[in-house]
Amino acid sequence: MKIAVCIKRVPDMDVRFRIGADGTSLDDSGLKYDINDFDAWAVEAALQLKEKAGQGEVVILSLGPDAAAETIRKALSMGADRGIHLKTDRIPFDGFAIASALVSELKDGGYDLIFFGKMSPDSSNGVVGPIVAELLGLPCVTAISKLDIADGKGTAKRELEGAQEIVEFPLPAVLTVDEGLNTARYPSLKGIMAAKKKPLDVKPATLGENKVTVQKLELPPERAAGRIIGEGSAAVPDLIKALQTEAKVL
Amino acid sequence: MANIFAFAEARNGELRKVALETITAARTLADSTGGEVHALLVGAPGIGAKAEQLAQHGADIVILCEHPGFTQYNPEATAALAAERIKGGGYRAAVFTTSAQGRDLAPRVAAKLGVGLVTDVTGLELTGDTLIVKHPMNIGKLIATIAIAHTPAVIAIRPNTFTPAQTPTAGRVETAEPVGDPSASRVVVKELVQGGGGKLDLADAPVIVAGGRGLKAAENFKLVEELADAFGNAAVGATRAVTDDGWRPHSDQIGQTGRLVSPDLYIAVGISGAVQHLAGMRTSRTIVAINKDKDAPIFNVADYGIVGDVFEVVPALTAAVREARKGH
Ligand SMILES: Cc1cc2nc3c(=O)[nH]c(=O)nc-3n(C[C@H](O)[C@H](O)[C@H](O)COP(=O)(O)OP(=O)(O)OC[C@H]3O[C@@H](n4cnc5c(N)ncnc54)[C@H](O)[C@@H]3O)c2cc1C
Repeated sequence: MKIAVCIKRVPDMDVRFRIGADGTSLDDSGLKYDINDFDAWAVEAALQLKEKAGQGEVVILSLGPDAAAETIRKALSMGADRGIHLKTDRIPFDGFAIASALVSELKDGGYDLIFFGKMSPDSSNGVVGPIVAELLGLPCVTAISKLDIADGKGTAKRELEGAQEIVEFPLPAVLTVDEGLNTARYPSLKGIMAAKKKPLDVKPATLGENKVTVQKLELPPERAAGRIIGEGSAAVPDLIKALQTEAKVL
Repeated sequence: MANIFAFAEARNGELRKVALETITAARTLADSTGGEVHALLVGAPGIGAKAEQLAQHGADIVILCEHPGFTQYNPEATAALAAERIKGGGYRAAVFTTSAQGRDLAPRVAAKLGVGLVTDVTGLELTGDTLIVKHPMNIGKLIATIAIAHTPAVIAIRPNTFTPAQTPTAGRVETAEPVGDPSASRVVVKELVQGGGGKLDLADAPVIVAGGRGLKAAENFKLVEELADAFGNAAVGATRAVTDDGWRPHSDQIGQTGRLVSPDLYIAVGISGAVQHLAGMRTSRTIVAINKDKDAPIFNVADYGIVGDVFEVVPALTAAVREARKGH
């Protein structure tokens, strides 16, 4: 089983973001970056499949600036076999441009499965996986929270709003991973040492044409400060009154 | 004059509320160009009965495709049909929904058409040749203004952002044949498992009561359920701390890695207000927080707060809501 996992390096969201001088990008000074959570679950899924099969290869693919190599190393230290870094100074917002670059690397790879996280919290677009699938002509199942592979076929559970779908598909296929599929392992010390020696190819990314462009980034309007109505159940009548007369939701 | 395409999302033979929101968003665009809204509705035979609702909300033409192969969501056949209709229709924009189905479908369609795509759209405007949209990034801490110069521009709107409006049209129905054989799709949905035992889903509920670790144990979630029941139109949500501990299913989780919700009223019960949780609910119209720690960050986004023990405050609130809603 040959599996590719496409991963992204994303900033820690627990900060106050600043907008760069160009008004359209993030000022990334002082930000901390790590692998996108959904992508970490995708790496875990690939490793588990390889371990279950007892053989195969897990290849990590990431598009991004120099520092994306750190993120690839992290996936290698979890147990992936080798990495490919498609280098670009700045990751475009455009899912099509990103997908095109990944496809030029993936198309002759002979992968049985190509994994993505279902979305990344920075761009919040969640389109790269299915676009890659379409460009490669492969079946695609998005937002999976359960997966079984047997006899060249897959069964997955997809998360919907308040429901789930049980989906069948043939291999090769593209899958995007939702929360709940697994818990990503932490790299062991041994894994971290081993990762240093694993192959990591660096190539320039051939990005597709940008079809959408970010014109402006802004901070959202602050929510007006609310008020503490009171303490304990004594405050309930005042809350009810506020919900009826001010918020008009009761 | 430019026409706008809209995809009317259905599940299990029922239109979803987001379908009406999608038609409403498409209607605004069409009105600004003097064009028409053409809505695609696919489903098992019988789904055509829902076309009237789409006309009531602003669809001039309902393109109806009924086929047994569309009984469950059929990603490949639906994308093929939508792409073909959009390609032949000369549309300025194609509007989908940012739901599990829409997030699956819209990128497939955009890729087939080779056009630009933005999901989770919270505002839209046609200026000349360009569709300009608003799109929250970095878990809502930044708002991007994005230009889609391609025609048609494919977008997926955020649920609960475009309030369904009654704009009745004469609503002609045109029937359409599937592209190829829907039964031959490689990706097949074998089964739809309905969650939540018939209770309201987070996406549809105007009121959400969400619980956090402050509830101390899974069985205490009945306090949250009872408060939701008292409202009559409320769904139950949870934090990741709670879903990770298995008190609630993952599908109830609200936040960065969970669901995005924006109900009219959000009540946070024993929730600290971590940034990853706020990411999923900060656009709610009115937020109420109940927490015993007066410094909990949830109070920074709450319109109304009560500092107190959930085990004391929530039952009192439930009783008061029941009383207030008597006669409803
Ligand atoms: C990458 C990443 C992604 C994440 N994604 C999400 C996500 O999507 N959704 C999400 O929710 N979280 C997410 N988290 C987790 C998040 O950081 C918080 O850990 C989580 O939201 C905390 O949940 P909580 O408020 O229920 O629990 P806690 O933080 O433990 O807070 C419990 C609160 O209850 C109060 N309390 C305790 N007892 C009582 C009582 N008797 N009466 C009243 N109040 C009481 C306490 O004062 C406290 O404020 C994510 C974290 C990471 C790192």
